[in-house]
Amino acid sequence: MTAEPITGIVTPIRLDYTYTPGTAPSGFLRGMKEGRILGRRCPQCSKVYVPPRGSCPMCGVEFADEVEVADTGTLVTFAVVNVNFANRVIDLPYVSGEVRFDGSDTTSMVLVQGIPVDEVRMGMRVKAHWLPREEWDFTFANIDYVEPIDEPDADYDSYREFV
Amino acid sequence: MAGNLAAVLGTGQTKHVAKREDVSIAGLVREAADRALEDAGLTYADIDAVVIGKAPDMFEGVMMPELYLAEALGAIGKPLIRVHTAGSVGGSTAIVATHLVQAGVHERVLTVAFEKQSESNAMWALSIKIPFSQPLVAGAGGYFAPIIRGYIRKADAPLDTGFQVVLKDRLNALKNPYAHLHQPDISMEQIVSSPLLWDPIRYAETCPSSDGAAAMVIGSEQAADASSRPVAWIHGTAVRSEPTMGAGRDRVNPHAGRDCAKAVYAAAGITDPFREIDCAEIYVPFSWFEPMWLENLGFAEEGTGWKLVQDGVTALDGDLPINMSGGVLSSNPIGASGMLRFLEVANQVRGTAGEHQVDGARKALGHAYGGGSQFFAMWVVGKDKP
Ligand SMILES: [Zn+2]
Repeated sequence: MTAEPITGIVTPIRLDYTYTPGTAPSGFLRGMKEGRILGRRCPQCSKVYVPPRGSCPMCGVEFADEVEVADTGTLVTFAVVNVNFANRVIDLPYVSGEVRFDGSDTTSMVLVQGIPVDEVRMGMRVKAHWLPREEWDFTFANIDYVEPIDEPDADYDSYREFV
Repeated sequence: MAGNLAAVLGTGQTKHVAKREDVSIAGLVREAADRALEDAGLTYADIDAVVIGKAPDMFEGVMMPELYLAEALGAIGKPLIRVHTAGSVGGSTAIVATHLVQAGVHERVLTVAFEKQSESNAMWALSIKIPFSQPLVAGAGGYFAPIIRGYIRKADAPLDTGFQVVLKDRLNALKNPYAHLHQPDISMEQIVSSPLLWDPIRYAETCPSSDGAAAMVIGSEQAADASSRPVAWIHGTAVRSEPTMGAGRDRVNPHAGRDCAKAVYAAAGITDPFREIDCAEIYVPFSWFEPMWLENLGFAEEGTGWKLVQDGVTALDGDLPINMSGGVLSSNPIGASGMLRFLEVANQVRGTAGEHQVDGARKALGHAYGGGSQFFAMWVVGKDKP
C-alpha cells in the first residue's frame, strides 16, 4: 500500500497580545465607555483627529486639548463588501463606510445599516447607533453601526477633501 | 545622479502560480536567483552582498525568513540585508541594492524578493482587530474600494475604465510565459459579469494570489562594462512615504507619490515624462489604480488618467504602454510584485523582454507602492549610460 506523499500541513496560527494604548487613545477609549466620541486637536494645524494618537502625524507636534465631536456625520465614501474572509463577524453583504463625524477632520471606518445596500450613497448624513448602555466597554465597537438620518445629503464640496 | 553609476546585469523570475508545492520558500528564491545569475553570466562567487525583501512576516507566519534563506541565496559569510516597506518592498529592495553599488560599497549585489501566498493567509493578516476600530476591513480590497469610489467621483470617470485596464493587462499576460493568469478566452462580457467583491471592485478586476520570486544582479559601471550581456543603466531612484492617518491626506492622489515621481524624474534628467518615458510597469493590484497612478506619476493631469486608458494610449502598441507583462493584475507574489515592475522595465531597455517587448524602448519607469498607499518606490532605467 502506498500513501500520498505529504507536501504540506495546515498549522493554525494565532497572535494573542495585550493592547496598551497611549495617553491619547486611552482618553478616546474612556470616552467610548461613556458614550462620547473624543478626539484631540493639533495646536499647529488645528485639525481634530478621531481617534487621536499622541502627536500630529503631519506636523509632528504633541496634541493639545481633548475635543468632543458629534455622533452625527457624513458618509464620505464606502465599499459594499460581498467577499468572505477569515475572522469575519458581520453578515454579507455589508457596507463598510468612511464617516466624518461632525467636528472631526479625519474619517473612521464604520458599518452602515438601516438602509438597503443599493441605496447607500456618498454624502449621506448618518448618526451613530450605540449598543445598549449596559454593554458599553472601552472600545469603538460600542458604536454598533451608523444609520441614515432625515437630513438632505451633504454638498459634495463640503466633504470632497475627505474622499 | 547620486553616487557612482550602477546597472542591472541580469534578471530572473519564477513562473508565478497559485501554489508551488514542489519547492519550499528557500527553493523558490533560489530558482529566481539562479536565473538572474545565469542571465548575467555570473555565479554566486561573484556576488558581494544580498538584499532581500518580502511583505510582512505575518503573511506566511515565518518570522525573519531571511535568516534561514541565507544559505539558499549563497549569502553565508556575506552581508545580507532585509528591507520592509509593505507592498512596495520589491521596489525599495532593488533600490537598497542599487545604493550599495552607487555608494561604492560593493561591486555586484544580488537582490531578491518573494511571496509564497499558498503558505499564508494574507486576508487574515490584513484584517486585524484593534479596540479603536470596527472589525470591518476585509483585506486590501476592503481598504482600497472606498478610495476607488472616491476616484470615480472626483474624476467623473466612465465606469468601464477599470474593465478596459483588466482586459488589456490579461491580454498582455498571454505574451508573458511567467505570468500567473493566462486567460486566452478573457472577454469584456466575462469581466463585466464577474461578481462584485468589494463594490465598486469586481472579481475580474483584482490581482490573483501567487507564489513567486524575482531576482536581479545590480553591478557597478566597471562590472557593467565588463559584461557581455545587455545591461540596463539605472538613471534614477527615489523612495517617499507619508503618514497613513494624516488629516487632509489625499488618498486618491497621494502627495508622497507625486513627490517620489518628481524626485525620480529629476534624478534621471526627465522634464516631460509622457514624452521621454517609452513604457512603464506600475503597481496596479486593482484595475482602477492604473488611471489613478497615471495622474500621480505626472503622465496625465489630475482627473484625466482614465482618458489615456479609454484612448488605448496604455496598450502594448499605444504611445505609453503600461504593464506590458500583464502587471500585478496577472501575477501577485506580493513581496516580489514591486521588484517584478523594476525587473520588467530593466528587461525592456535591455531588449530582452520577449514577446511583450516594446520596440525601441530606451527609457522606462518601474513603480511600486504599498501599505495604505503611503510607501512609494520608483526607478528609471535606460539603454544608454546616463
Ligand atoms: Zn498638525
